[in-house]
Amino acid sequence: MENGCRSTWKVPMVSETKVTIKNLYKIFGKDPAGMISHVQNGTTKQELLEKYGSVLALNDVNIDIPARGIQVIMGLSGSGKSTLIRHVNRLIEPTSGEIIVGGQNVLGMSKIELREFRRHTASMVFQRFALLPHHTIVENVSYGLTIQNVPKQEAAERSQQWIDRVGLAGYEKHYPNQLSGGMQQRVGLARALATDAEILLMDEAFSALDPLIRTDMQDVLLSLQEELHKTILFITHDLDEALRIGENIAILRDGLVVQKGTPQEIVLNPADKYVTDFIKDINRGRVVLVSSIMDSKKLKNGPEIESNMILEDALQIISNAEVSEAIVTENGKNIGSVKLGRMITAIARPSEKTGQITNYR
Amino acid sequence: MREFKKYVDITFKDFSRTYGDGIETFFDPLLYFLVWFEKLLINAPWPLIILVIAIMAWIGSRNWFVIAGTVCSFIVIGYFGMWEDTMSTLAIISICTLLCISVGIPIGILMSRSDRLQSMVNPVLDVMQTIPSFVYLIPVVMLLGIGKVPGLIAVFIYALPPIVRLTNLGIRLVDKEVLEASESFGASYSQKLFGVQIPLALPNIFAGVNQTIMMALAMVVIASMIGVKGLGVPVLRAVSNQYLALGMLNGLAIVALAIIFDRISQSFGKRMQKHLESAHGV
Repeated sequence: MENGCRSTWKVPMVSETKVTIKNLYKIFGKDPAGMISHVQNGTTKQELLEKYGSVLALNDVNIDIPARGIQVIMGLSGSGKSTLIRHVNRLIEPTSGEIIVGGQNVLGMSKIELREFRRHTASMVFQRFALLPHHTIVENVSYGLTIQNVPKQEAAERSQQWIDRVGLAGYEKHYPNQLSGGMQQRVGLARALATDAEILLMDEAFSALDPLIRTDMQDVLLSLQEELHKTILFITHDLDEALRIGENIAILRDGLVVQKGTPQEIVLNPADKYVTDFIKDINRGRVVLVSSIMDSKKLKNGPEIESNMILEDALQIISNAEVSEAIVTENGKNIGSVKLGRMITAIARPSEKTGQITNYR
Repeated sequence: MREFKKYVDITFKDFSRTYGDGIETFFDPLLYFLVWFEKLLINAPWPLIILVIAIMAWIGSRNWFVIAGTVCSFIVIGYFGMWEDTMSTLAIISICTLLCISVGIPIGILMSRSDRLQSMVNPVLDVMQTIPSFVYLIPVVMLLGIGKVPGLIAVFIYALPPIVRLTNLGIRLVDKEVLEASESFGASYSQKLFGVQIPLALPNIFAGVNQTIMMALAMVVIASMIGVKGLGVPVLRAVSNQYLALGMLNGLAIVALAIIFDRISQSFGKRMQKHLESAHGV
């Protein structure tokens, strides 16, 4: 069932926006609506808590989430990121603001419309898996379909393909508690995918997993995404994870979006000290692209490197070739070159010579 | 103060005179059912009863030790001539438990939905559990006279609270995240209730059923004071005539019933949580 009426033709844009979050405020406490004017007049989270006993969870959040991409929302605990993701499918009601998904105003939906929206348009993966402990794996994966009253046989068949896809074939009759954390989250992922929803909401989906398994799951997600092209909203507190899987990242602090941009933009041009502190320890080689540090000097011979390659991979090629310079290509065309020394500098500290990257807001 | 007491007494007497018959007719179907069930148990051949109970024990516990203990106790009960009384007690306990389940679980569910209702019902449950049973026997007997139905009501009042409380508690203890997940997939109210909340609360609800059975058994002797047949009657007689052996035997029969029901229902409750046993990492 197609629920979100696509309105691409109405909004001519380079990349279609799937989810728009506009001027979103969420305040917990007494009289939240009355608190908004205080917040708009500049009362900080701390002051609001001390003066009125209200908690400011989200403060004027504006995010456009492009269709068929992975948008990461990053922030430490208490930054409001889990609250934010729950607004998209209205598990939490906002104090004020707008959420538009595929042209539909989520906040204007009736109870029944909202139920249909949750069934067909947006599905969710939870931090601590939230599987039904009394159901087997196949029953868990087909849960979303069961809710839609899809016949049991059909639901099981449709689920099976997702169980196979996430690598859990053979575990269909097991119960969640018999599986490891990583496997349980595969079930959670399969359950969310089984409803064929276009939007995937992932609330710290991999945060409860061991580092190795986490990387594993990120690979699973990325390879699925290559095939499925879902619109994914991914919440995490782990910057490495954000940089690894995010095409766009929004950094949230005390309910406020402090920076939005691609991983490279954030690493190379942190908006403030908070973000700077964040990115201090990350592996730049995995984020910075060759294109941002190349120069236009044409080289005759040498190893070839794609301009959209990350430095880590490019360094591998250069060091294998045992040279200090390489040709940079774009779509097979020679567009310039890059020096080994420059690459090492870029990995060591943020480069100041990246003119083509604009500072984001 | 004396005027007040007099007023209450007279009003209630008038009330029971006016409506007593009506209320009695209201409970007639229950009485017929109770009588029918009791006769069924008493008239059925004893090997059949033991077989049925052994099967129940098997379904509940899957444990040969429990089954053997159950069969032995019933044979001993029969050997000492307490079969008929035991069957009467069994009848009233079963029906009372069924009543408590069908009334208590819905109340518990409603309570879990609303904090206000919970704060209103809880004191009532406290009163039901702590008020001396003789006190509410008075109005019940005044209304309905002496017999099986008033006895059943007395047992019911005493045995109802645990199932209500534990249903309420069980549903409130259901993992919030699982419930949220169910909601995020667009589950309707009844899909959440019957698909998530009740199944996950079942172990607690079953603990409530177990407690209710135990409470009902504890009320057997008191209920016999207002004309309920069963193991309580000989105990009462033993107390008033100082028949030590008779009292002991019937008392022990009640204990045996209690232990059997407890073991069966507890292990049934445990088996329902089988999915919680973690085979991972073993």
